[in-house]
Amino acid sequence: MSDLQQKRFNVREIREEFPALRQQIYGKNLIYFDNGATSQKPKLVLDAINLFYSKENANIHRGVHFMSQKATTEYEAARQRIQQYIGARKSEEIIFTKGTTDSINLVAYSFGQMLSAGDEILISAMEHHSNIVPWQMLCERQGCVLKVAPINQRGELIMEEFDRLLSKKTKLVSITHISNTLGTVNPVKEIIDKAHAVGAKVLVDGAQSIQHMHINLKELNCDFYAFSSHKVFGPTGIGVLYGKEELLDRMPPYQGGGDMISRVTFERTTYNELPFKFEAGTPHIAGGICLGKAFEFLSSIDMEAAEKHERELAKYAEDMLDTFEGLQIIGEAKNKTSVVSFSVKGIHPFDIGTLLDKQGIAVRTGHHCTQPLMDFYQIPGTVRASFAFYNTKEEIDTFVAAVERSLSMLK
Amino acid sequence: MNLAEKQEEIIQEFEIFDDWMEKYEYIIDLGKDLPKIEEDKKTEDRLIEGCQSRVWLDAHFSEGNMHFTADSDAIITKGIIGLLIRVLDNESPETVAKADLFFIEKIGLQEHLSPTRANGLLGMVKRLKLEAIKHISAAS
Repeated sequence: MSDLQQKRFNVREIREEFPALRQQIYGKNLIYFDNGATSQKPKLVLDAINLFYSKENANIHRGVHFMSQKATTEYEAARQRIQQYIGARKSEEIIFTKGTTDSINLVAYSFGQMLSAGDEILISAMEHHSNIVPWQMLCERQGCVLKVAPINQRGELIMEEFDRLLSKKTKLVSITHISNTLGTVNPVKEIIDKAHAVGAKVLVDGAQSIQHMHINLKELNCDFYAFSSHKVFGPTGIGVLYGKEELLDRMPPYQGGGDMISRVTFERTTYNELPFKFEAGTPHIAGGICLGKAFEFLSSIDMEAAEKHERELAKYAEDMLDTFEGLQIIGEAKNKTSVVSFSVKGIHPFDIGTLLDKQGIAVRTGHHCTQPLMDFYQIPGTVRASFAFYNTKEEIDTFVAAVERSLSMLK
Repeated sequence: MNLAEKQEEIIQEFEIFDDWMEKYEYIIDLGKDLPKIEEDKKTEDRLIEGCQSRVWLDAHFSEGNMHFTADSDAIITKGIIGLLIRVLDNESPETVAKADLFFIEKIGLQEHLSPTRANGLLGMVKRLKLEAIKHISAAS
């Protein structure tokens, strides 16, 4: 059977595989709309976590005994599965990190060491703090210059401004694929091609994209792609940095310790080859193996159908919410997905979030680690409902009614 | 009424509510009724920055007791401020400094005073007590 024939997309069936979705909070059926923060986990992943710690727990690499070899095989198999899923050329290009933030910091530190004073890093105005602060720290260390491409009121990158800021001085463009606050899908392919044309490398922050769309890094051709396991149905505490082999080879190690060395003497240490050069210390073994399981689960899903479903959910929620007086949708990009952020005149997002919680609905309120974006819109924060493909229109109906009730109490 | 009696009174008031939404309706009403801090008094030194909502606290001492006015940009936070002030206002600095605010947990609002909630309320309680301690040490 070909890979394509095995793909499936039935929301009811998929929901059955997520035990966390079948619970009540405050006596109400849970509606989980905080997927932008973290996703729930399918049974396949949960069982794998239990199995690992019940039967397979051992430290990996260099162990002579049965369990260590089994754990090593599974850990490396997970790396290969991820490589195949995202379309990387080699499994050596898949570095296990703690998550997206760690991945970006790795690049900022290691790739950053190859930069000089005056070199420019270009980001966008809709970045998560994780894709702002590491670059500011790099600029302080190395005298690099951080440039920020502005957005319009709809929450779209202004490409003319981006083009203007991109120059031969630009050494790296670091851009989010999908905004965690606005849901804007950035034209990353265009950005990557333009950046490459001036000799700049590109890091794509995929924390909000890999769980929502089919990712093919061969087509995308970015130099780095970062994501977190826990947002893509895997365990917390682990993530991935994809990097092109020729770049990773040139980059100095990020952290020193066990596993990342080839030979240590007090005089001189030589480093291990990829990917281990960037993986100092005992890694999150269970996390890696179970992230592999999350990708096994994801491989069975028809991601095109899933993406379509999520876009419909976001559009449906937005259309309904838009009818409320004083409610403003934050982020109205033409190309957006899975996130509906809003603010209501005269009402604090914290109050709405608190009342939604008591009605069984999990949303996020606040600045979503994008304070510069809140400054741009001149609001203290938003209420953000972020969807996964296991969410339904019926849940949105309940959510909208709960928003209405909350607003009537708060006005 | 002493501190414990004031708190027992609040606990009794909350006993009549059947569900969370009724409870919050009441808290919101308290928030709406609470006198606001005048805009010119919303200064940096009175601000307790939470990650989500912000709280302003104005404290002064007169006729042997502490007096508090407080405000927040979030109405639920403000309602809970109303309850805290009802308990602690017009009490001696010693009483405020040592106050055990057991009513918060009894009425199920402890989440709002947890360090992770980031709504400024925990910071406000600390500030209230600090202001009281300042007056104790100034007087001694």
